[in-house]
Amino acid sequence: MKFGVVVFPGSNCDSDCYHVISDVIKQPVEYIWHKNKKLGNYDCLIVPGGFSYGDYLRCGAIARFSPIMKEVIDFANSGGLVIGICNGFQILLEAGLLPGAMLRNKNLHFICRFVKLKVENTNTPFTSKYDRGQIVRIPIAHNEGNYFIDDEGLKELQKNDQIIFRYHGENPNGALDNIAGIVNKKHNVLGMMPHPERSSEKELGSEDGLPIFKSIVAWLGEK
Amino acid sequence: MIKPEIYKALGLEDVDYQRIENILGREPTYTELAMYSVEWSEHCGYSSSKKYLKLFPQTGKYETLVGEDSGGIIVDDIAIIFKMESHNHPSQVEPKQGAATGVGGIIRDIFTAGARPIASLNSLRFGPLSDPYNRYLLVGVVDGIAFYGNCLGVPTVGGEIYFDESYSGNCLVNAMSIGICKRKEVVRARAQGIGNSIMYVGSSTGRDGIGGCSVLASAEFCDAEEEKRPTVQIGDPFTEKCLIEATLEILATGHVVGIKDMGAAGLTCSTSEMAAAGGVGIEIDIAGVPRREEGMQPYEVMMSESQERMLVCVKAGKEKEITEIFEKWDLNAVVIGKVNDSNVVTVKDNGKIVAEMTTSSLTNPPLFDLPYKRPDYLDEVNKLDFNNIQAPKDLNSALLKLISCPTIANKAWIYEQYDHMVQTNTCVLPGSDAAVLRVKGMKKGIAAVSDCNSRYCFLDPFIGAQIAVAEAARNLVCSGADPAAVTDCLNFGNPKKPDRFYYFKNCVEGIISACKSFQTAVVSGNVSFYNESPKGAINPTPTIGMIGILEDISHRITSYFKDEGDAVFLLGETFEEIGGSEYLKVIHGAVKGLPPKVDLEKEKRLHAMMLEAIKSGIIKSAHDCSEGGLGTTIAECCIINQDKMIGVEININSILRPDILLFSESQSRIIISCGQKDIQNIISLAKKHNIPVNEIGRVGGSRLAIKGLIDLSVDDLSKNWRTAFK
Repeated sequence: MKFGVVVFPGSNCDSDCYHVISDVIKQPVEYIWHKNKKLGNYDCLIVPGGFSYGDYLRCGAIARFSPIMKEVIDFANSGGLVIGICNGFQILLEAGLLPGAMLRNKNLHFICRFVKLKVENTNTPFTSKYDRGQIVRIPIAHNEGNYFIDDEGLKELQKNDQIIFRYHGENPNGALDNIAGIVNKKHNVLGMMPHPERSSEKELGSEDGLPIFKSIVAWLGEK
Repeated sequence: MIKPEIYKALGLEDVDYQRIENILGREPTYTELAMYSVEWSEHCGYSSSKKYLKLFPQTGKYETLVGEDSGGIIVDDIAIIFKMESHNHPSQVEPKQGAATGVGGIIRDIFTAGARPIASLNSLRFGPLSDPYNRYLLVGVVDGIAFYGNCLGVPTVGGEIYFDESYSGNCLVNAMSIGICKRKEVVRARAQGIGNSIMYVGSSTGRDGIGGCSVLASAEFCDAEEEKRPTVQIGDPFTEKCLIEATLEILATGHVVGIKDMGAAGLTCSTSEMAAAGGVGIEIDIAGVPRREEGMQPYEVMMSESQERMLVCVKAGKEKEITEIFEKWDLNAVVIGKVNDSNVVTVKDNGKIVAEMTTSSLTNPPLFDLPYKRPDYLDEVNKLDFNNIQAPKDLNSALLKLISCPTIANKAWIYEQYDHMVQTNTCVLPGSDAAVLRVKGMKKGIAAVSDCNSRYCFLDPFIGAQIAVAEAARNLVCSGADPAAVTDCLNFGNPKKPDRFYYFKNCVEGIISACKSFQTAVVSGNVSFYNESPKGAINPTPTIGMIGILEDISHRITSYFKDEGDAVFLLGETFEEIGGSEYLKVIHGAVKGLPPKVDLEKEKRLHAMMLEAIKSGIIKSAHDCSEGGLGTTIAECCIINQDKMIGVEININSILRPDILLFSESQSRIIISCGQKDIQNIISLAKKHNIPVNEIGRVGGSRLAIKGLIDLSVDDLSKNWRTAFK
């Protein structure tokens, strides 16, 4: 079992993800440089948060043209597990691996704080260690997390159980239908704005993000 | 013949020009004139302050490192590098870019020392928010800090913000950054080794920021400040993020002899100071400098303060390996010169010499021993008879008014715009007495804080500066950390005015006396003079940035009450001290009297007692009692934790007048809480350290009830405290 963390210029949560995989759930993990044209053998890819290419033009819009993204798309299309967190989610949207788009937060500010999420679907490789309907505390940190999709797309998401996390209580950024995280139709690609890697250790005030990584390990172990 | 208006436009005086001619023995070239003007500016040369800065203690209870551009301490073979720097005038002229490039500049000072930046803090000062321009400045500065710091992935974990009329027309933006590396990884900002290469790396050079350190930073604001906007640099945090990674990568190769940020005074400063620090000469040819504009004159290249650039001294023969790393990050890396044994800085443009002077003439600006005089108005201002101050009839509404004033109110609107969690080390989030960071793989933790009550400094600069240090240390202690070392950012008016310089001299002496007493070395810092608008000087503001060490990260303490039934103690004593208080200002509209007394020996005993108590695990919460006094402090203990607000019943026996008891700002006081079983332990520990201790109440319920004085619901308090910025 091996994890890969994709590193773009401007990624800044890459080492946080690496730390959780390596030191908290103690699994093999490697960084993958965005200029690589070939992907090695990985079981799960993490596209981390940050400001790839400075978020210039539009969040994720330049990163999706990095050579490695072709490999990431092939990997996902062949059923590999991919998780995009924050900027990683934005990149997956730009790359077409997930549907929808991000608008600026409703209040037009960057928001960094713990929020409450409701786990909507536990029948995925990423969420089996949660209880359905469980309320968890995981922080957000973004400027563009206001998820948007057209009516038809939203119906699709709802129909296929693709909405994995919803903001609970307060919607911090104006996201449509309180959407905080979604999967693709095949349920092997997850995108989420909140940062599970920032809430996987007691010292950081919450371990509510940890089940995501544990779910992946369990799923890969059974495979 | 060079006309006076030419050198005067660069900020040089007649005497400076004469001195330059004497040094060179000839008429200077325009490039040389430009280079002297920036290196001798107050901002780069410390002409007026150097005499006093030498007096700061550079050793303390922790081993110190004092480098060219930053300093730090050694803890268990880990170097903690930190420094604070001002970006006041740029922020006043262009708040977003001014603040952003302030953050960028200070962070470069950290990673050019070889340390990975792990956290930033900001100390901000604005005029009252009733003025729309001050609101524009606040919004712009916060936006700039967020824009730059968030993109870099360096968490902004703390800081402070004050509002006072004296900052209208000249806001303060002081940025502090902290980084860590192994002791043996620390690098210096010097060029050494004859024949080694001088490389220019990072962003390209443009016309931005020309004269930033001389024309903008080293002069008072007049009414034409708009015209100075082109002297402000423009920040590109994405490039800086790549520069951090590339720099740490080249440092790991072992091929780098020394490295320096091109900050204030750009190429001029980095070449001359690296040569001077290494005791060598440097020859560069600026034809190779990557440009972003056509037709730049040599002096413009030498003066430009374009951001995200650095100068690196590389071992001869290793240039290719360095270049390859920068290419990986899509950044420039060009050899522009060599180290020689001449003690001269030579600047060529396509082989033609455009400037040549000894390094020492550039880096040893004329020093001044400026006169100082206690301002005449202080005698009058220091007079305060509290019998003439009418006690408010309704103490409840006085408290609500105090906790909703912007200086005291909750700052979530600001710190939630900053990514304060990235790097996953922030174990105590903003909003408590100090930020606490873990160091992965280490048991110990780092706490950081910045502090300065400039109103106290205005009323008595010596005591005010002592209090700034004492309070910073107390904030650290309240989070469970041992105060370890200091960086400072000294913000004052025009040093050539004796009443302004009086404040500078006395504040420096106050810092020295407190730091010596606490054995906390001053390892780095910055001086910012000329903080004046046509209305006058700012309040003297010697901002203290302080680092503390937690023996064990699990000993960290937060400031809010935890559990129903816990006992509440006041450590320390309350005196009739409302001089310079927030209460006097907000409720009575007066800035008068003397600041509270501070007894450094007692303060140290308080720290020792607290650290012993925290280590034994008997303290559940600790909150420094400062602006707004006991009333405010206890209210905050109830409401800081929004998820679990809790009331308290307090009963204090005192002969003091009620408003003075509630709002006096006497020093060396802390509100702590503990479980019932530890009450006796707290009392005996306090006795052991000779600290006055009073059990004053019990945590519980949903009201702040101070017997006979205050009765308010925590919801009301919270609403008032949390909405001031919205």
